[in-house]
Amino acid sequence: MAIVLNTLLIVLTAIAIPGIINRTRAVLAGRKGVPFVQHLRNVNVLLRKGAVYSTTTTALFKIAPAIYLGAAIVAALMIPVADLYPLISFKGDVICFAYTLALARVIIIMAAMDTGSSFEGMGAAREALYGALIEPALMIGFATLALFCGYTSFADIFEYEQSFDLHLTIVMLLTAFLFVKITFVESGRVPVDDPRTHLELTMIHEVMCLDYSGIDMGMIHIAGWLKTACFSMIAANAVAATGCFHWWFATPLAILLTGLSVGIVESTQARNKLSRNTTFIVTISALAALIFFIGYLLKLNINI
Amino acid sequence: MKYFITDNPNAAVAIADIPEVEYAALYEDLKERLADSRYHVAHYFARPEENRLKFYLILLDDVKHKIMVSSFAMEYYDDIALPSLTALHPQMHPFEREIAELFNVEFDSMPWNKPLRFPHNRRNRNSSMDNYPFYTIEGESLHEVNVGPIHAGIIEPGAFRFICNGENVLHLEIALGYQHRGVECEFTKTSNRLRQTLLSESVAGDSAVSHAVTFSQTIEKLMGATTDENLNIERTVALELERMAMHIADTGALCTDVAYQLGQVACEALRTVVINTTQAWCGNRFGKGLIRPCGTNKPLTAAKIELIRKNVTDVRRRYNEVKEDIESSPTILARFEQCGLVPKAEMLRIGGVGIASRASGASRDIRASHPYAAYINKIEHQAVKMHDGDVMSRLMMRCHEVLQSADYILQLLADYTPANISQPDYTTPLRGEMLAVGLVEGWRGEICHVALTDKSGEVSTYKVKDPSLHNWLGLAIAVRSEGISDFPINNKSFNLSYCGHDL
Repeated sequence: MAIVLNTLLIVLTAIAIPGIINRTRAVLAGRKGVPFVQHLRNVNVLLRKGAVYSTTTTALFKIAPAIYLGAAIVAALMIPVADLYPLISFKGDVICFAYTLALARVIIIMAAMDTGSSFEGMGAAREALYGALIEPALMIGFATLALFCGYTSFADIFEYEQSFDLHLTIVMLLTAFLFVKITFVESGRVPVDDPRTHLELTMIHEVMCLDYSGIDMGMIHIAGWLKTACFSMIAANAVAATGCFHWWFATPLAILLTGLSVGIVESTQARNKLSRNTTFIVTISALAALIFFIGYLLKLNINI
Repeated sequence: MKYFITDNPNAAVAIADIPEVEYAALYEDLKERLADSRYHVAHYFARPEENRLKFYLILLDDVKHKIMVSSFAMEYYDDIALPSLTALHPQMHPFEREIAELFNVEFDSMPWNKPLRFPHNRRNRNSSMDNYPFYTIEGESLHEVNVGPIHAGIIEPGAFRFICNGENVLHLEIALGYQHRGVECEFTKTSNRLRQTLLSESVAGDSAVSHAVTFSQTIEKLMGATTDENLNIERTVALELERMAMHIADTGALCTDVAYQLGQVACEALRTVVINTTQAWCGNRFGKGLIRPCGTNKPLTAAKIELIRKNVTDVRRRYNEVKEDIESSPTILARFEQCGLVPKAEMLRIGGVGIASRASGASRDIRASHPYAAYINKIEHQAVKMHDGDVMSRLMMRCHEVLQSADYILQLLADYTPANISQPDYTTPLRGEMLAVGLVEGWRGEICHVALTDKSGEVSTYKVKDPSLHNWLGLAIAVRSEGISDFPINNKSFNLSYCGHDL
């Protein structure tokens, strides 16, 4: 029962975040905005359509969206919602989670290269670079959690005996902040990427999907939502672990944390110059290293 | 070297009075003069006259506020190569390329001898878009990116060929000419003045008022008619409204391109107010139907003046807030400052005009250098200038000019009492064997129309120069050594016209 509820809540989070982002942006822009479920309607239309393929592409291009979505689903099934249990859980699943998503990234990069388009090649190069740069942040973030709790599975980490503890609170809140930042990069939002831009030369994620249409495009969208939901839920779990470790707290928190922060940043801030993205992402890794050392020192029980 | 010297309000001359010189003299003279930034060429074109090919040169002197006209001729079938002026002064390149394309005139040591716009009456029918000689660089680490030939947003054709080293642009070549419409020929195919006016409004849709005013002034000069004070004021108000609308739209577009939502939505709303004001005045949001030779069908009324003043005051206040917001946003400044630099010297060399040139510190503004309409006696125009020549300067040019235009409109309308304005005149015959020049500062820059009439007073040659013609090269220079992902904001900061180039 807990596993079913867990899975449903992850799906709910994935569906709700884009809606909240759109609503936040609309409110801040003083617009009426699109309905909350507009993104679902769009994907619904896409899923009912066939796909058109460029003659230069091979089978790799056609299977890539399925692998991309598959990887995202598997990754999402590893994420617990606070006190609930995920479907897939084993020792070391944090590593498996990270590299399942890396598989998704690799397959979409290869598909982009497969088209032979100069735009998509540039997008693939950017995605590969930023993917490589964000990986240390992700791994050090997981290492911090593992170090502090002594487990290498999400379910165990967040299940770690909860008692109000100042050290735990500090590390968990910092980790939550780290994962919110990682969410921005991984889901390709401002200031790293701009999902709404129409300018191929500036795109990162979108440009790799230029040749996709119909059902393939729909699958890529859904995978993107799931990825965002995963990272958002990890951040929310970390916050929930500091006090109120319940699914009814973690779920709305995951939705609002990402939904509002992305919505607000996208309304009030311009995007980075592309060459500054590298600095931005490396800074996240540096932040992760810092949090790791703080966690390590606190673990040693040094009085501060 | 002899020139016929005149000024903008009286720029009509009998063709017989234009001095005809030797090319060598013209070459030597331009070699000297164009090195001085006070001079630039407004137009330089050729046309067949009997069995001669006659070249006309319109040179502008910004300091003395004069227009200088000269000409030379060669035998139509002469195959002597003329020494190229482009080699010395790159600002001549579009003119020489056009002449070479149309009449097979050879320019010796011309460094960039490429087709300009593939007109239907080009000499070399084998030259087409498909075999456009793109510049190439060989190298293991280089890659080419082709953008276009259809712009994904505005659906106008133009190909941009980038040569990149990773993310950095080494070279950008802009190939236009996909949609040559024969606009200049169309002007001569009809003697119906109203048709010609409508045509002038369609030269470039975003500059409908500017081109229509330029056309009307050119025709009025050919008629020998003078326009009354009130008509001049109303035309100036229309021009400044167009400038405001387009500058605000560009501010919004630049904000969109860097994903800055607040600036985008604010500017979209403000632009709508401005173009709706134009619509309330004349029934068309872009001012089509407003400008007619010698008069207008849509004179201002007291109620319309009140509406314009109210809206312009409101837009000015709200836009000023957007401007302050942009100037104080670090994320915006990080994107726009020091991006897409075009130094002043470079801008002058390529003959840049309008806001792009003023952003680099050049003082090219027809309103100040060759005043027309209400700028002659009602407004003492001080051209806004920036110094850095980056995207931020071009954006701030727009910000300042919007406020300035709003002030001009309010100033002109403050003590304006609507009076009887004459109806448009489509019938008065033009004076025969004349050449007239119309010069107007559109929102993008200097617009120059040149009309020549035949013995019977029909327009026999009509030449249009849109500011985009020279400024496209400025864009290519701006993106050199920039990241390719910064091309879109550079492109928007110039916002040049495809159809204005292709004519």
